[in-house]
Amino acid sequence: MCLGIPGKVLEIKLQNDVPMGRVEFGGIVKDVCLAYTPEAAAGDYVLVHVGFAISVIDQSEAAETLAFIREIAQSDPVSPNPRIPEPP
Amino acid sequence: MKYLDEYRDADATRRLADAIRAIVTRAWNIMEICGGQTHTIVRYGLDRMLPEGITLIHGPGCPVCVTPIEIIDRAVAVAGRPEVIFCSFGDMLRVPGSRKDLFTVKSEGGDVRLVYSPMDAVTLARDNPARQVVFFAVGFETTAPANAMTAHQAASLGLENFSLLVSHVLVPPAMRAVLDSPANRVQGFLAAGHVCAITGMDQYRPIAEKYRVPIVVTGFEPVDILRGVLKCVQQLEQGRNEVENEYARVVRPEGNLVALKQIDEVFEVVPRKWRGIGEIPASGLALREKYAAFDAERRFPVADITADESTVCIAGEILQGHKQPLDCPAFGTLCTPDHPLGAPMVSTEGACAAYFRYRGRGER
Ligand code: SF4
Repeated sequence: MCLGIPGKVLEIKLQNDVPMGRVEFGGIVKDVCLAYTPEAAAGDYVLVHVGFAISVIDQSEAAETLAFIREIAQSDPVSPNPRIPEPP
Repeated sequence: MKYLDEYRDADATRRLADAIRAIVTRAWNIMEICGGQTHTIVRYGLDRMLPEGITLIHGPGCPVCVTPIEIIDRAVAVAGRPEVIFCSFGDMLRVPGSRKDLFTVKSEGGDVRLVYSPMDAVTLARDNPARQVVFFAVGFETTAPANAMTAHQAASLGLENFSLLVSHVLVPPAMRAVLDSPANRVQGFLAAGHVCAITGMDQYRPIAEKYRVPIVVTGFEPVDILRGVLKCVQQLEQGRNEVENEYARVVRPEGNLVALKQIDEVFEVVPRKWRGIGEIPASGLALREKYAAFDAERRFPVADITADESTVCIAGEILQGHKQPLDCPAFGTLCTPDHPLGAPMVSTEGACAAYFRYRGRGER
């Protein structure tokens, strides 16, 4: 029920005073209400739940997690591994 | 898909399980609150990758599962009325009421429609002025802003044929109920990331302090969940009980202030009954008096409908973490997704349905 899907904001327009975005999810484009993420701009990724963006994805936080994933995924597979990095 | 697939990396997931194994010195029970997280855990077998002694207990975080049976009966009564178009999220259609479910109402000719977004129900009301459009507003804090927006929009459009059947629930009071139970086994929590995207983290600090439990805000993909478990185990092993944010790409500590303001404009906090658990004080949302004109329970004569739950189903104990789905004698025999006795077998996020789908009938 609390499923949220990240999508990319393509464009934003006002509809009855409410900001609405065209948002792309892996090739599929849908209309999403941006009333709760007024800071969202075209090019941003938003997390969408039942047709509403509830958060703008923080790209620098996401990049940090991805760096962590790359590092840990390439770490020595013999467990337990003392060199496993602590999550940031 | 970007921001999704990367967090399913199988090597990273395995290494994270190793990292947890490397620091564990004793057994710990950790509850994931959200049904979406339960689904990921069972689907990817994350619980089986963890070292022995680390038990993931499935929590009450499935709104479909905790909606009281009498609310389902009221929904069935409203949806059966000839003037009504009844709009619902798909998951709610097969939840058994005491006599039937919404799907049966639909097959008997009731106008029951699935909506993707609650705003679709407002559009239906605007386009069908001669009909009564009722939206089944269920969910946690994640869904509350969307549902609040329907009342706000209906009011500004002056719609007189739109109403909400509200059964909203809140996460922190349910965590307190779990921890207050004499049978409680939970020592740490993975908090539901999308709920926290709305509410922020402040409500969780008093819980972490009072009950001395670590609470780690966690996302929904395998890497997110195991990182949440790692952080939680680190805290448990070090005797800490802090609220940590493991899902910072989505969750801000203060939450979504615009959404919180809209929730507060439309809804107020009320006591609510949880299916299988009973009434929990200050655990739900209801329409404020200002929006009473949009309350389906006032518009239609259904408020007196009450009902008792099935005696076979142990969903209440499962939702509170006292038992697991395979402890239920009806699991996979009397109760299956095609013939569910209880809501956790219906919803894709229900613990019983997740076990049935990914674990077959008897496998632990
Ligand atoms: S298996 Fe069915 S009857 Fe048993 S607890 Fe789950 S939903 Fe209830």
